[in-house]
Amino acid sequence: MPDAAPKAALSVSNLRKAYKDVVAVDGLDLEVRWGECFGLLGPNGAGKTTTVEICEGLTAADSGDVEVLGMRWDADATELRQRLGIQLQETQLSEKLTVVETVRLFRSFFRRGPEAAEVIALVQLGEKRKSRVGSLSGGQKQRLALACALVGDPEFLFLDEPTTGLDPQARRQLWDLIEQFKLAGRTILLTTHYMDEAERLCDRVAIMDHGKSIAAGTPRELIASIGAEHLVEFSAGGAAGALDVSALGRIEGVREVRTENGNVRMQVTELHQAVPALLDELDRQGVPLTELRTHSASLEDVFVILTGRHLRDE
Amino acid sequence: MSSTRWADHPLAQLTLVRFREFWREPEAIFWVFVFPVLLAAGLGLAFRNRPPDVIGIAAVTPELARSLRQEKLLDVEQLSAPAAEEALRTGKVALFAAPSPGGAVVYRYDDTNPEGRTARMLADRAVERAAGRADPVASSDRLVREPGSRYIDFLIPGLLGLNLMSSAIWGMGFAIVDARRKKLMKRLIATPMPRHYYLLSFVLARLLLLVAEVGVLLGFGAWVFQVPVRGSLLDLAVLCVLGSLAFSALGLLIASRAQTIEAASGLMNTVMMPMWIVSGVFFSAQRFPGALQPVIRALPLTAVIDALRAHMLQGASLAQVAPQLGVLLAWLLVCFTLALKLFRWR
Repeated sequence: MPDAAPKAALSVSNLRKAYKDVVAVDGLDLEVRWGECFGLLGPNGAGKTTTVEICEGLTAADSGDVEVLGMRWDADATELRQRLGIQLQETQLSEKLTVVETVRLFRSFFRRGPEAAEVIALVQLGEKRKSRVGSLSGGQKQRLALACALVGDPEFLFLDEPTTGLDPQARRQLWDLIEQFKLAGRTILLTTHYMDEAERLCDRVAIMDHGKSIAAGTPRELIASIGAEHLVEFSAGGAAGALDVSALGRIEGVREVRTENGNVRMQVTELHQAVPALLDELDRQGVPLTELRTHSASLEDVFVILTGRHLRDE
Repeated sequence: MSSTRWADHPLAQLTLVRFREFWREPEAIFWVFVFPVLLAAGLGLAFRNRPPDVIGIAAVTPELARSLRQEKLLDVEQLSAPAAEEALRTGKVALFAAPSPGGAVVYRYDDTNPEGRTARMLADRAVERAAGRADPVASSDRLVREPGSRYIDFLIPGLLGLNLMSSAIWGMGFAIVDARRKKLMKRLIATPMPRHYYLLSFVLARLLLLVAEVGVLLGFGAWVFQVPVRGSLLDLAVLCVLGSLAFSALGLLIASRAQTIEAASGLMNTVMMPMWIVSGVFFSAQRFPGALQPVIRALPLTAVIDALRAHMLQGASLAQVAPQLGVLLAWLLVCFTLALKLFRWR
């Protein structure tokens, strides 16, 4: 046990990891504070899972420094394993065991923690406790995986894409559970490629792309950093070619205009002024509107603006 | 629930998991318990020792037929000469006997047919004895048909060895590669589980199942075919445990790096198939050329089967099968050491 509490629950500096022909993590710095829920965001292949697995002591880094709960993997692996709760992305638990058998197995590895029944109730699988793992739905399996991460009463919880592949209802159920752990004061590191998930759950996030952190802060800070509160998108159908884009950029309150396959995307600070002005301008140019959408800026927009790509693009 | 309960020990939990996964897989139960018994029953039935065959012959006169019927090993039919000729030609009888002038007898048979030659000797003896020949030397028969020297006695130790090999290699190999493929192994090593407990749980479960496996096959052999176990049961236990451990180590080595079930089962078959053939499961390994014998004897399956046969059929002690024990021990140590060096946990 560390005497003086280290200032961060997790600190990663200048982390690098390359596989045969791909650089998965390329000089990453991260800091997760005690008791916060930290989100690692990014598209598939951004290096999130590699980063998390290095932090979990499952993968060796090529270089860089990782300190978890003030300890290091090369010196304190046994102690760290007792104090971390880990949920991996693709684990398939044994289908022939029941829920309670699976949780008891994992519970037996930890020197302290809640009873199996208690954890099962916590993840709302009480009615399924005698069911075979093979008969559970995707959301139930994911909650069982969560139960297995919680049996050791961990101080620090690693969740790698906990809601990927789940239907909206199952996702919301899992979010509620994760929010409960936050309230219980646990530190959480969560990876996701759903920006709405990160906005809802995370106190702070880092956006990863190509193995690097390209932005970090609270979701609110990141959204504010793009300097636009709203986004306006419209399409002009067949008349898009006739559009004078530079004139749009001169409208008051419009910060940036991009066109993409006939769609125009504008970052806007003052929506109530910009939209009427846009309509007037299109009218003046004689370009008809076929579609018009506005929404408040989100982390998704932050990613698009920083990388020029959508998160879901592979 | 107190935390000191034995069942909450990680090793107990891991071993329980092995059992549950085994019992909940009906195919595994079939291959480990039912298949060897079916094989033993089928082969035991096919190669059972039958009472000596009675040879059919024909005689053309009632007097000859009466003389010939004194011989128990002949089935004599009285036929007319043309009918007897026909019966011989179509193989219904092996020989026919006809009188010839001057009280002599003519035997007609095919001398390239062993049955015909046997019939000739038996028929002639019966005819001579009926005519009053006395045998100058008294003789009597003592038949060897006792348990221990029949095919089924040879087969059961072979099947037992085969079962020790397949259940250890499949049991170990499949479960480990499957856990690796499903990333379950990676999940387990992300917990504080001591890694040697994971491997030890396979060995423990194997040894416990071994009692049932060996019991079922030997019990079946003893009950249905009276196959003997002449050595001590303790020695038998030592042999089976050592054999099973050696094969488990081999299974662990096979499974140490494979990432897919396909790769693992290919490897397992490559390792096991040659031993199925050369190690003397179904027929003696001595049938292979002398130059190959040292190689065949160094195989773990040959060692286990030779030792089991010597123990069960000749009542050999462990000291008498020391060379085989040495071979098994060597396989155990080499495979286990290599497997630990090569083993991939993810």
